Amino acid sequence: MKRRDFLKSTAVFVSGAAVSLSALELIDPQELLAANPELRWGFLVNTHNCVGCGFCVKACKTENDIPMNANVTRTWVERYVITKDGEVVMDTPKGALNGFTNKQLDQNKSGMRDIPDADVAQAFFVPKLCNHCDTPACVQVCPVGATYQTKDGAVLVDRKWCIGCGYCIMGCPYGVRFFHPEEHVADKCTFCYHRISNGGDTACAQACPFDARQIGNLRDPNDPVAKAVMNQRVGVLRDEYGTKPQVFYLGLSKEVR
Amino acid sequence: MVEQVAQMVVHGEAWTLKDLFVLPNEYVYWSIQIVMYPYMTGLVAGAFVLSSLYHVFGVEKLKEIARFALVFSFALLPVAMMPLMLHLMQPLRGINVLMTPHFTSAISAFGIVFMTYACIVAAEIWFVYREFIVDSVHRLSAKTDRSAYESVLLLVYKVISLGAMDTSKEALVSDHKAVKFLAGLGIPVACFLHGYAGFIFGSVKANALWMTPLMPVIFICSAVVSGIALCIVSYYIFMEVRKWAAKRGKNVLLPDGLAHGSAAVDYEHLRSVQEHEVKMTSKYLLIFMTLALTLEVLDMIFRGYTAVKSWDILRDVLFEHDFTKIFIMQYGIGNVLPFIMLLLPGVTVRRAALASVMVLFGVFMMRWNVVIGGQAFSLTFNGFMHYHLPIIPHDLETFKEGFFGAMLVISTPFVLFYFLNMIFPAFMVDKEESHH
Ligand code: SF4
Ligand code: SF4
Repeated sequence: MKRRDFLKSTAVFVSGAAVSLSALELIDPQELLAANPELRWGFLVNTHNCVGCGFCVKACKTENDIPMNANVTRTWVERYVITKDGEVVMDTPKGALNGFTNKQLDQNKSGMRDIPDADVAQAFFVPKLCNHCDTPACVQVCPVGATYQTKDGAVLVDRKWCIGCGYCIMGCPYGVRFFHPEEHVADKCTFCYHRISNGGDTACAQACPFDARQIGNLRDPNDPVAKAVMNQRVGVLRDEYGTKPQVFYLGLSKEVR
Repeated sequence: MVEQVAQMVVHGEAWTLKDLFVLPNEYVYWSIQIVMYPYMTGLVAGAFVLSSLYHVFGVEKLKEIARFALVFSFALLPVAMMPLMLHLMQPLRGINVLMTPHFTSAISAFGIVFMTYACIVAAEIWFVYREFIVDSVHRLSAKTDRSAYESVLLLVYKVISLGAMDTSKEALVSDHKAVKFLAGLGIPVACFLHGYAGFIFGSVKANALWMTPLMPVIFICSAVVSGIALCIVSYYIFMEVRKWAAKRGKNVLLPDGLAHGSAAVDYEHLRSVQEHEVKMTSKYLLIFMTLALTLEVLDMIFRGYTAVKSWDILRDVLFEHDFTKIFIMQYGIGNVLPFIMLLLPGVTVRRAALASVMVLFGVFMMRWNVVIGGQAFSLTFNGFMHYHLPIIPHDLETFKEGFFGAMLVISTPFVLFYFLNMIFPAFMVDKEESHH
């Protein structure tokens, strides 16, 4: 090894400790925040609007290079059917990649479940994605710091540094993480960080024909998402884990886990 | 990139069978190698604790097995690392844990704890064997007709003696002190190493089965149990082999005899030592088994009594899906039966060894039921995941995280021990004693 190479690799070694380099390649979160210190990304899901078409799932897979034919997904939609005698049955065939085309519910090994219309008390859809938690369990447990939180609240994975231990997958109480089938590192929703940081919309929100999904800045009082969170009755998922999720749901039902 | 038309198998899919409502990304991500990891570290820690019983607390009766346990624990050490490496999706980046340890994570300090522990064990072995090393250097140098093999051995001894050739009385006394100190220091570190493995699971708040502060303690107790059991079993087996080989002069099976002349091995002596050591050790095994069992049952009762939200699904997993694995295999075969076998009067070496095999199996099942059982249900508490251990590998993944990967991990320490035993004869008897 040449002396210069050695110094170079030492520098990489040392700076790796401070921050994940690859995260800085495209966008510098620090810079971004300096330009707008009042930025905290948040997400609003309006479950009343969701019809379970699955356009968001497809759009996300296309935008973020998650193979269509792999049974993992950064976002998915769940179907809840509550019968008149109080039983809750749910399914999410392939994460609703192709929407819900079958009236029967996919119960995996237990087969398809048929619930006659007459027995249904209510039925609805719930989209899910990474909650970009304020105190993310995944960031806490990553042994190398490959999963990290940006100053504007997004939780990201450094693909060049992740060792693929899967601890974050185990640590996330929402099951939003998985191993990317081609990159072989942990993967999950980024709020389309590459798009929103450049003024764009997330792929899922853009693809949703019924405005069930919306990204916004929670620190901006004029932002529609911030307004909704402030003025309406919103819920979050599984807050008992202390992760402080930042995806807010309008019309969240107690059956939703 | 090649266009793939067929379904792409994602990590975990090959061995996970979902039932009812399970989230799309949920699979059994931590599979057999993560079962092996606490199992192997447990064995390391347990073997070390056993050896320390003699060195620190002066339990004279454990003298012979203590030396064996120490060398064996050293052979097990690198193997505690193996399952983790086999499990990582990016094994070449494993070193990142040392480069940018992220200390809020329970895994981050693994490398540091592990290396500290390795140094302690290595140093202890060195002090225990220093006199022997020096003797060997003298003996082999004096020999004029050294075989190539002996020359290599001489070189090894010269290097590991680190130039400390003083075997005066004072020097040996201070060696002894050092051993005692290191063994004493080693106990908390060994417990830490393993309690730490328990913490890795116990601190996962997302997992209803894992999250309990008792986890590290349960892990430590079962570690000691498994370590002692393994020492009994392998001590028994090695001694059988040695007795057999000593009778027939098969030196290949006596690596130390090979290295130091077959005079070092004598049949009658071997038999009496084996009997004495195995019986004594099984007493300690009983004590630690009681402790481990109490804690595990306490944990279960507590969960049932407090019955928080997750209890509904846990009950299904414990009493239905995994009933055989938990109550028959782990507690029945792995705890109750061997317990009775060891308690019944007139313990023979063979019975103690058999009971220890069952204990080893029981502890393995405990690790299995924790690691796999913890992933047997969905985060939504509305579905189950069944794990199928891949037996016949059809790609690298199903090899690494399958039956053969596990076998590779299990067999490695024995191979290592064979070679280590050439350098540090684990069955060596002290000079003064063999004169009697
Ligand atoms: S939802 Fe899971 S992956 Fe996303 S930030 Fe929270 S803990 Fe991390
Ligand atoms: S899989 Fe990668 S991102 Fe997740 S905890 Fe392990 S190293 Fe961190």
